Amino acid sequence: MSALLEVSGVSVSFDGFKALNNLSFSIGKSELRAVIGPNGAGKTTFMDVVTGKTRPDEGRILWGEPPVSLLGKSESAIAVAGVGRKFQRPTVFEDQSVQDNLMMALSKPRTPFSVLTFKPASVDYARIKELAEVIGLSAELGRKSGELSHGQKQWLEIGMLLAQEPKLLLVDEPAAGMTTAEREKTTRILRDAARDRAVVVVEHDMDFVRKLDCKVTVLHEGSVLAEGSLDHVTGNKDVIEVYLGR
Amino acid sequence: MADLTAGSLRSRPLVLRYPATLVFLACLALFTLGVTILSEGFGIGVISTSFVKTLGKTLCLCLVALAMDLVWGYCGILSLGHMAFFGLGGYAIGMWLMYERTRLIVVDSLAAAPLPPTPQEISDGIASQIFGVVGASEFPPIWAFAHSLPLQLAAVVLAPGLLALVFGWLAFRSRVTGVYLSILTQAMTLALALYLFQNDSGLRGNNGLSGLQNLPGLERVGQATVSLWFFWGSALALGLGYVLATWVVSGKFGSVLRGIRDDEARVRFLGYPVEAFKLFIFTLSAVIAGIAGALYYPQAGIINPAELAPIASIYLAVWVAIGGRGRLYGAVIGAAFVSLLSTWFTGGQAPDLWIGSYRVQWVNWWTVLLGLSFVAVTLFAPKGIGGLIDLLAERRRPDRHGKDLGPGEGALREEEADR
Repeated sequence: MSALLEVSGVSVSFDGFKALNNLSFSIGKSELRAVIGPNGAGKTTFMDVVTGKTRPDEGRILWGEPPVSLLGKSESAIAVAGVGRKFQRPTVFEDQSVQDNLMMALSKPRTPFSVLTFKPASVDYARIKELAEVIGLSAELGRKSGELSHGQKQWLEIGMLLAQEPKLLLVDEPAAGMTTAEREKTTRILRDAARDRAVVVVEHDMDFVRKLDCKVTVLHEGSVLAEGSLDHVTGNKDVIEVYLGR
Repeated sequence: MADLTAGSLRSRPLVLRYPATLVFLACLALFTLGVTILSEGFGIGVISTSFVKTLGKTLCLCLVALAMDLVWGYCGILSLGHMAFFGLGGYAIGMWLMYERTRLIVVDSLAAAPLPPTPQEISDGIASQIFGVVGASEFPPIWAFAHSLPLQLAAVVLAPGLLALVFGWLAFRSRVTGVYLSILTQAMTLALALYLFQNDSGLRGNNGLSGLQNLPGLERVGQATVSLWFFWGSALALGLGYVLATWVVSGKFGSVLRGIRDDEARVRFLGYPVEAFKLFIFTLSAVIAGIAGALYYPQAGIINPAELAPIASIYLAVWVAIGGRGRLYGAVIGAAFVSLLSTWFTGGQAPDLWIGSYRVQWVNWWTVLLGLSFVAVTLFAPKGIGGLIDLLAERRRPDRHGKDLGPGEGALREEEADR
């Protein structure tokens, strides 16, 4: 299977601190992957580099088939190419309704003029309805998203990501601050999403990672420490030392 | 709950989807009709011509406030240089008005000469009439199109539009935001004002352009009538501008604009080219400001570089803040309310106030009052005067479902308590 995203030899340093150190990572077209690691391991910087927020000092980032470099592209261009990102803190547009949030995320032309003349068709409303069902917010479409609970905001953001129809989803700590029931639902949404696209989940919580039941990449000090099934990596001596042992 | 997904909201015409727009247009039409009936030019003469001009100018200020609200209230770009675009629009139309009127005067005076004047003589005559005051007698290149009304009308739109496009492209591309952008826009309007103050700027230095209230060839019509023409024109422009702004901020474009205001980075990660959207709205609003200026200055009669001073743009921001930013009628109410109040206070009509033995003369103290109310609005009523309409409509009540559990309307609902 050819890789959808291939990051090779990427290094980033901030004022001498190496946030990423010769990091290499690749993921296939429909794969669920969990990325774990202690604080400061470079998980967020890794996402910043892939989404174009941070320029790496060296290394290559190849995307798609045939592979094109993502280096030097703007955040919006990378998003349009098919990389969707969910932040740790739920970032939805609180002043706008759930429906407006989803409508904005729908995969449509993004230039000012096409947005200005955009008229939603019935298929768009149908798609929003469908997404709302997936994330369990069908009854909340007309509400301002600022009124939603924390968990609902997280789902709305995941829904917005799905609406973008990305090929790769980068999800930063989706289960943070969720109740047990909410976590289970989140697990289900993510595993469903990974059926026809690549999903990378950055997570602290081991139980949550176990439920995802997927390949795990352990980051430490900006590079990959171990990779494999959860049982495999948790059996790894280095991993126990730097991460699980604490 | 209401089925928002059915698309029923979308199929209706814009004004029906936004009843506030309809109410606004109706109020504007009634106001225009009322002023016309009470005017000297066409009605019973209760309102003086100079007050008709004041009202017409106020409508233009409402229009530029609307433009300001588009960039600031909706897109979060606090531009403190918008009156530069307003002034440019005024200069563009002023050049034609001044040229054409001077030409008619020169042609008139040369008609008595024994030989018919050559075009060169006429041109020299106009130039020395207009530029004598700055010690020049030739047309600067910037006046190349002043003879043509269509070209100068195009300049009303193009000059502010191009300036905004170039300035915005440079600023937004470098991701200058927040207070730094505000400072940059202040610098822009200050630089433009200082340039225009120079005698060799070609626009008569600090004298500016004058006599703009006289329409060339229509001297016999009289100001009572002309003032009403401009009043109608201003009302029409405000109405059209309001509908245009409603269209722009409704639907998905408005969603994206408000998204940029609230969380720019998130919009970027959704795949929207944020800079292009900012540039679009900044340029559009500069064009609207230019049109407002082109209608304002013929009613004011004179334009000079002081109109582009940084303080003018700050006043504009104050109007929008007091009226309530982020809602179109708020900007209009703010501009109308504050500028009319300002006319009243600074016109010497407000009675003096005695505090102990100190006499508060409003002509001097008005700006202090305005500053204090700006601070008060920012701190205590961020929604401004427009927020009062919310209180009436109770729009702020969230759309909750289920029965309420408590005695009050704000009490928890069934569903919320279940969680």
